[in-house]
Amino acid sequence: MSRRAIFRFRLYVAGEAPNSMAAIANLAVLCRVHLPDRYEIEIVDVFRDPKRALADSIFMTPTLVVLTPPPIRKIVGTLSRTQTVLLALGLPDIAA
Amino acid sequence: MTSARASAAKLAVKASTGIAGFDEITGGGLPRGRTTLLVGGPGSGKTIFGLQFLAHGAQNCAEPGIFVAFEESSTRIVANAESFGWKLPALQKKKLYFMDAQPQADLVQSGDFDLCGLLAALEAKSREMGARRIVFDALDVVLALLPDPAKKRREIYRLHEWLLARELTAIITLKAGGDETTSISQQPFGFMQFMVDCAVMLNHSVVLGVSQRSLRVQKYRGSGFDENESAFLIGNRGFEVAVAHTQSRLDATVSNQRVSSGIERLDTMLGGGYYRGASVLITGFSGTAKTTLSGAFAEAACRRGEHTMFVCFDTNSTEVIRNLRSVGIRLDRYVKNGTLRMISSRAITGSAETYLVRIKALAMEHGARCVVIDPVSAWSKSGNDLSTQSVADRLIDWSKGEGTTLVCTSLLDEMSGQGEGGSQLQISALVDTWIHLNYLIQAGERNRGLSIVKSRGTAHSNQVRELILSDAGVTLTDTYTAGGEVLMGTLRWEKERAERVATEAADAAAKLKRLRLDAEEAELEVRVKSLQTELVAKQVEKALLVRTTQSHEGELSRGRTQMQELRGADATTAVRKAAPP
Repeated sequence: MSRRAIFRFRLYVAGEAPNSMAAIANLAVLCRVHLPDRYEIEIVDVFRDPKRALADSIFMTPTLVVLTPPPIRKIVGTLSRTQTVLLALGLPDIAA
Repeated sequence: MTSARASAAKLAVKASTGIAGFDEITGGGLPRGRTTLLVGGPGSGKTIFGLQFLAHGAQNCAEPGIFVAFEESSTRIVANAESFGWKLPALQKKKLYFMDAQPQADLVQSGDFDLCGLLAALEAKSREMGARRIVFDALDVVLALLPDPAKKRREIYRLHEWLLARELTAIITLKAGGDETTSISQQPFGFMQFMVDCAVMLNHSVVLGVSQRSLRVQKYRGSGFDENESAFLIGNRGFEVAVAHTQSRLDATVSNQRVSSGIERLDTMLGGGYYRGASVLITGFSGTAKTTLSGAFAEAACRRGEHTMFVCFDTNSTEVIRNLRSVGIRLDRYVKNGTLRMISSRAITGSAETYLVRIKALAMEHGARCVVIDPVSAWSKSGNDLSTQSVADRLIDWSKGEGTTLVCTSLLDEMSGQGEGGSQLQISALVDTWIHLNYLIQAGERNRGLSIVKSRGTAHSNQVRELILSDAGVTLTDTYTAGGEVLMGTLRWEKERAERVATEAADAAAKLKRLRLDAEEAELEVRVKSLQTELVAKQVEKALLVRTTQSHEGELSRGRTQMQELRGADATTAVRKAAPP
C-alpha cells in the first residue's frame, strides 16, 4: 500500500449521543497522529439523514466507513481501541 | 371516515395475529401499541410467528409492517415462507418491508456503540409507509456485539421506548437456551420479560421420538389469557395453535336429529340411531369388527348423500374398501362419486397434533358431516400420553362444534384391556355413545358380541347381541342366556332349534288334551241324558203308584159298605126295612 494513499472516511453518528461524540474525537486524534494530511472525514447524522442510513444499511452508531483505499470496510463503535482500528485500516502500528 | 376510525379504535385493544388458536388464547391477539417478547429455542418457529403476524396485518388489517432481520437475510426468509401462501412478494411492494440488519461477518468493532442508526432508519421507513406493526427477529444477534450487560440493557430500553412512543405493535424474538430448568432471570435477556407487556414462550421438544411443539403465554399485562401450555403446529398455512375447550365451541348447538348407524337393529337398540353431531366410540380387540361397524355407518351416511370422511390408520384405504365389500358394504361407488373421502394415515406423519390438524383441514375441505377415524388409538403411539389425550379431547370438541358426527374406533390391548377396560386415550368418558365389541368363546367357538356401554340422552338396550357378518351385510341377532351365560353361534342355533321342537311338542300335547276333554264332555252329556230319562221313568212310576194306592183304598171302603148292606144286621137294616115293605 502506498504511503501516499488518501484515506476517505464517512462517520455515521447519532446526533450528540455520547458514544458518537467519542467516535468523532477518537477519529480526529487517530487521523492527526497516524494519517497527517492524508485523510478526509465526512460526518453523517442518522437523525438528520435517516434515508441515507437506511440506504447504506447503517444500523449501529457510530459506524465508520472506510471508502478509500479499497476494500470498503466498516468499523463499529467509539473507535476507542486504537490498535484494532489501525489494524483494520492496514496501518502499521507506529508505536511498535 | 372519522366514525370508521373511532370504531376501529374501540376494537383496537388487541392486534389480531391471524394465527389460528393464538387469538383465542389471548382473547384477540397481541397488545396493540405494545411490545411482545417471543422466546424460543432453535427451530421453534419464532420467525414464522412474527412473519405471519406481519403478513396478516398487512393483508387483512390494513396495518403495514416492517420485518427487521438480524439473523437471516430477507430474501431467504421470503423464500422459506413461500409455501405458506401469504403472498409476501406482492405485499412487499407497499405494505411489508424487510430490513436486512445482519451484522456483517467481517465487521470490525472498536468500542461501544448503540442502535440509534437502526431506529433512525426505521423511523424514516415507518413514516413513509405508515407502519403499525414491527418485528425484530433475533435481536440477540446484535445485542451479543455489545460488550457488557449494562449496555445491552440500555439498548433494549432505548428500543422499547422508541416502540412505545411510536405506538407500534411489536414482536421481539429472542433465542432461549433451550434448557427449561433455567429460571428466566438467569437467562441472558431475562429482564426483558419483565419489561415487555406480553411474553410468549415457544417450546420444541422430542418425546419418545416424536416432535412436539408447544407454546405458552407467560404474561400479558392488562388481559386475561389461557395460562396453560398449548400444542401448536407449523402446518402448510403457517402457525396453528391447538386450543382446548374454547367457550364458543362448547356451547355449540345440539341436534336432536338421529342418524343411522347403518345397522337396523343397532338403531333400534339405540332408540333410533346416533344423534347428529354426537361422538361415538367403538372399542374392541382386533378383529371384533370395529372397522366393519364404522364402515356400515359410513355407507349409511353416503347413502343419505352426506359428505363423509374415512380415516384409516391401520390399513390402506383400498384394502379397507375391499375388505368391507366382503360383508356387503360397498364404499367404492361413493368414493367414485365424491361423497366419501378415504384417507390413509400413511400419508400423514408426525405427532398426534399433526394428525388432528390434518384431519380437521381435510374434513373442512371435504365439507364432511360424518367422520370416521379407525382407530383413534393409533394416536397413542405417537408421543406422550398426555398430549395425545388432549388431542382426543380436542377432536371431540371440534366435531361437536362443527356438528360433525364422529365415529372413532379404539383398539383394546389384549393384555391391558381386560373386558371393558376403557380406551387408552380415556376418551370413553367424553364420547356420547360407547359401543363395546368383544369375543365370547364358548363350546369351541369364537363369536362376536356387541353391547352398548353408554349412550347419552337415548334409551338403549341393555342386551348383549351377537354380531353376524355375512356377505349380505351386518346383522344383529337376539342372544339367549342360559345358566347365566350368553349363547351365541352354534349354541344359539341349537337353542333356537330346541325351542322350535319344544313349541311343536307343546302344540301337539295341547291338541291331544283338547280332544280328550271333548270326549269326556260328550260322555258326560250322554250320561246326563240317560239319567234324565231314568228320572222321567221314575216319576211316571211314582205317579202310577199313587194312583194305584188311591183306587185300592176306595175299593176297600166301598167293599165294606156293600158287605154291611148284605149282612143287614145293623142300623142300616132299618133303612133297608123301610125301603122294601
